[in-house]
Amino acid sequence: MITVLNEQRESRLAQASASGDALWLHRNDVESATGWSWKPEGLCQADTCVPLPRGAAGEQIVRGDSIDIAAMWQHMGHPVVHNSAGTTWVLGTGASQRAGTMASLDAPDFELPDLNGQMHRLSDYRGKKVFLATWASW
Amino acid sequence: MWQALFDEQKHLGFTVLAIAMDNAEAARPWIDAAKPDYPCLIDRDHHVADLYNLVNVPQAVWIDETGRIVRPPENAGSTDGFRAMDRTTYAMPQQVIDERNRIKSLYLNALRDWAHKGANSAHVLDANRAAARLIPKDPAIALAHAHFRLGQHLLREGHRAESQAQFAQAIALHPDSWNIWRQTAEKNPTGLAAGAEFWARVDALGDRPYHRPIDLDGVRPMA
Repeated sequence: MITVLNEQRESRLAQASASGDALWLHRNDVESATGWSWKPEGLCQADTCVPLPRGAAGEQIVRGDSIDIAAMWQHMGHPVVHNSAGTTWVLGTGASQRAGTMASLDAPDFELPDLNGQMHRLSDYRGKKVFLATWASW
Repeated sequence: MWQALFDEQKHLGFTVLAIAMDNAEAARPWIDAAKPDYPCLIDRDHHVADLYNLVNVPQAVWIDETGRIVRPPENAGSTDGFRAMDRTTYAMPQQVIDERNRIKSLYLNALRDWAHKGANSAHVLDANRAAARLIPKDPAIALAHAHFRLGQHLLREGHRAESQAQFAQAIALHPDSWNIWRQTAEKNPTGLAAGAEFWARVDALGDRPYHRPIDLDGVRPMA
């Protein structure tokens, strides 16, 4: 069982396997674990598709019904880290993507729980001026 | 912390959305004690810090009715006055306290102005000025957040040593993040990461700020 963390997703995948810095995800798991679906055109989300790398790198990135999502993720400009056993992976979000989102000045949406476990989205508060303020106990 | 402001401004289509860069267990006593009427969300993995490039608390973002950022992330009215504190008695010089109160009320007045006037507030930044205040992209920061996320997960799963190694990498990659350092540092019995290591890190800032001064009329960096 491999755990994949991406944005606020946490997926436990029975069909995934890891070897060194490669993380093999089954075709059926790619979209639920990453938010991107694996299509003939490449990895796709909304109107965007990123083709798989060509040549030798491209041949190594797919094995049957699995894709080395770690290699593909880095190819897309995102950081990838994993624990030493290769059982927990973070598919992070790259600096360019984060900076691009902020540069639009559209406040990036998120969903977080309150203490009662009720989930709130930033976008639930559209129509109000939102003073988003952080704090901590530490 | 923001209850009085919220009570005063909530009829103006204004809300506070408080985000605890914290675990629920650590945040709960504070929220239970303050009983705020505005939403208090728990961000144990500092997802909002990753999204908005936040480095400390308190930081704030002003977001208008359409979801546009009209003031990008900035220090929410704090000063570096605590650096002048006597570290045994916790006493602060009166002039430092006065300056801290002055800055806080300037910031609160700016917020009130925005709540009343919306887009017509002088404190709302146009797109160019807002964009100029964003932190440039930095792959080391993106990687630091990935290590922090992994570390938090490993810690919850009971892998303490391995989580600490992930945190050490996150701190090395993103040394400006007090969020990451203090969240992962040893806490004293009152839950504060405010021991000798904290002060050594603050002292090592030298002339650099702990809380970046707010870019607001009337605010000047502390002498």
